[in-house]
Amino acid sequence: MAPYLELFRRELLLAFRQGGEIGLALGFFVLAVVLFPLGVGPEAEMLRRIGAGIIWVAALLAAVLSLDRLFTADYIDGGLDLLALSAMPLEGAVLAKCTAHWVTTGLPLTIISPFLAELVDMDATAIPLLALGLLIGTPALSLLGAIAAALTLGARRPGVLSSLIVLPLYLPVLIFGAGAVEAGIAGTGGRPHLLLLGALTLAAVPLAPFATAAALRQALD
Amino acid sequence: MIGSGSADGDLVIEDLACRRGERLVFRGLNCTLPPGGALVLTGANGSGKSSLLRLLATLLAPVAGRLLWAGAPVTADLPRYRASLHYVGHLDAIKPAFGVRETLGFWAGVRGVATPPIDQALDTFALEPIADWPCRFLSAGQRRRLALARLVAAPAPLWLLDEPTAALDADGDRRLIVAIEAHRITGGCVVIATHQPLALGDARRLALEEFAPASGNQADDPLAAF
Repeated sequence: MAPYLELFRRELLLAFRQGGEIGLALGFFVLAVVLFPLGVGPEAEMLRRIGAGIIWVAALLAAVLSLDRLFTADYIDGGLDLLALSAMPLEGAVLAKCTAHWVTTGLPLTIISPFLAELVDMDATAIPLLALGLLIGTPALSLLGAIAAALTLGARRPGVLSSLIVLPLYLPVLIFGAGAVEAGIAGTGGRPHLLLLGALTLAAVPLAPFATAAALRQALD
Repeated sequence: MIGSGSADGDLVIEDLACRRGERLVFRGLNCTLPPGGALVLTGANGSGKSSLLRLLATLLAPVAGRLLWAGAPVTADLPRYRASLHYVGHLDAIKPAFGVRETLGFWAGVRGVATPPIDQALDTFALEPIADWPCRFLSAGQRRRLALARLVAAPAPLWLLDEPTAALDADGDRRLIVAIEAHRITGGCVVIATHQPLALGDARRLALEEFAPASGNQADDPLAAF
């Protein structure tokens, strides 16, 4: 267990020390949500209808924006070689890195989302569904994103390429995440959506690290 | 042979071939390294020194041949073999935001070493004065020393060193040689790719040019059938 915790701790420390790593994703998330009322007009009726979609799309984009830091630095400075030779399987190292990535992106986004929900005048009964959906769904964003980040290592513009790969993979998360809020507002209950969101994350936890580790081994070759 | 430790084993390279892209780099490479042995790889740029080290580190897969460690093929128990080797490549795996001591502690920690001899590692490469510096302030030579200090911070019987003396000063060279000889006395093996003559006692030399395939001769290509 110790090597996983060691790597997890290091990833957190790096994210906090290389100031702005967390702030960047969070700032992007807030700005993207704030831009919408300016673009589509301030009518509360309209914002209330599209609010959940706006917040979820912004969360997706913020997650994509931060994927770059998962493996690129370790790939360039040779750390990935050493992680591949460490006492944990590469799949385990991926899981530790994804967990740290979620704690520094998905979790802050989730915590700040109720405030942004106020900004788009979201129905008060739907706000818990939004936050809960993000809490359940954002781990899947980190895990699926890791696959794309690993696949694009060594590419000339990894950021652009990985977003093209990963955004289609994010579609189910977006649909069920935004759907939970819509269902809450419509009064039909968001429970099925949240359960499906949970199923996505639970499927990604064991599967994504294998795909990611396979892609990383390819990059090391 | 002085004191061959029980946990250490021979490294045996059998008929190894390596391919990078379309090019066959070397083939038919055979070599045995007993406990306490040192193997110095020589050869021109591009002759496959780094590739051989990455093959030995299992970071690359050979197109033919196999490796044996302690009498068993390394593929039989990959985690055990990986735990018994150290790879120091051209890249230093150093994070600018981490401290020197912290970096050593981390890399020993992910190797599962519970109480790593960090102070001894710092002492071996004279890094104590800068032990608490963030790595962003290190010079190229100091970064190299830190990368090499990983060898001492997490003991492992097989050291694979790729141009370890690059960027090192005379004192650094001396300290590296002392560390290698101390490692060999306890039964450890060392494989070094280098252009500089290193004053290692009783080292075996392997000139990689001898294993280069005849140019343009694809008949020797072990993958020609595919």
